[in-house]
Amino acid sequence: MLEILKQPWPWYITGPLIGLMVPLLLIFANRHFGISTSFRHICAACIPTKNPFFKYDWKKESWMLFLAGGIIIGGWIGGDALKNPNPMQLSNNAIELFASMGFSDFTEISPSAIFGWESFSGWQGWLFMIAGGFLIGFGTRWANGCTAGHAIMGLSLLNPGSLVAVIGFFIGGLAVTHLLFPQLF
Amino acid sequence: MKKNLFFLVIGVVFGTILTKGEVISWFRIQEMFHFQSFHMYGVIGCAVVVGALSVQLIQRFNIKTIHGERINLEKKPAQYKAHILGGTLFGMGWALTGACPAPIYALTGAGYYPMITVLFSAVMGTFTYALVKDKLPH
Repeated sequence: MLEILKQPWPWYITGPLIGLMVPLLLIFANRHFGISTSFRHICAACIPTKNPFFKYDWKKESWMLFLAGGIIIGGWIGGDALKNPNPMQLSNNAIELFASMGFSDFTEISPSAIFGWESFSGWQGWLFMIAGGFLIGFGTRWANGCTAGHAIMGLSLLNPGSLVAVIGFFIGGLAVTHLLFPQLF
Repeated sequence: MKKNLFFLVIGVVFGTILTKGEVISWFRIQEMFHFQSFHMYGVIGCAVVVGALSVQLIQRFNIKTIHGERINLEKKPAQYKAHILGGTLFGMGWALTGACPAPIYALTGAGYYPMITVLFSAVMGTFTYALVKDKLPH
């Protein structure tokens, strides 16, 4: 039984389950699926500032912080308690590509050579984690949503603005992947 | 409190799905941006189809919340310049970290503790946006 639970889930299980978050939150709580506004709440709660962007009653909006806390626990369940012991079943082309970049351990979710503490002694940690995180936090607030709020919730509402945001996500992601990464690896 | 517990439970379920579905993997995101696998497109595509069908059903049958309230289906305001420009910066961060906001939390829970620095930096990014937002096109 435990062996079965440790198996990774295919896209046709994962995708529909993620989609169900939309009606669950709408019907049980009248909330729109999203998570990136949690960064704004953390600012409002933790940073002493006079900026009007953070002058609101974040405690009234704190439901998203509970959602975020739950995701941390869910990450522990899926990525630790029920961790897949086998290498990820990536496509052959991807495995070849990653080998050329110097990665071959696919039992890891993310390459620890980039996302470990030790990568802060070089430039990798500062680029991939610090600059990457900054772009996520800055970009998502500017775009007024992330993959949850725009790609899933916004597209579910057939909002043309959300489609524009998703196109932006791919412009940025493709640029980094195809223009920047070939210079680094 | 009961309401907050609901969101916590939904978060636990969502975080488990993201992790077991390998959506939080830098390798999967790179594979997606190289168009080398259907996995991530299948995940996002199925999620949108289920989400959109749910919204259509709610509209057609005028489904109410469990408390009998009218369900709010209002779209986010159209800010096309902000969507495309902010979205592009976000996408760069997505490719670099291999994580969007929910996976940052999930990876931390999965034991990838350096992701806390990504979370910290993302919060700083949001704070910086607030400082300069009046100078940015929206």
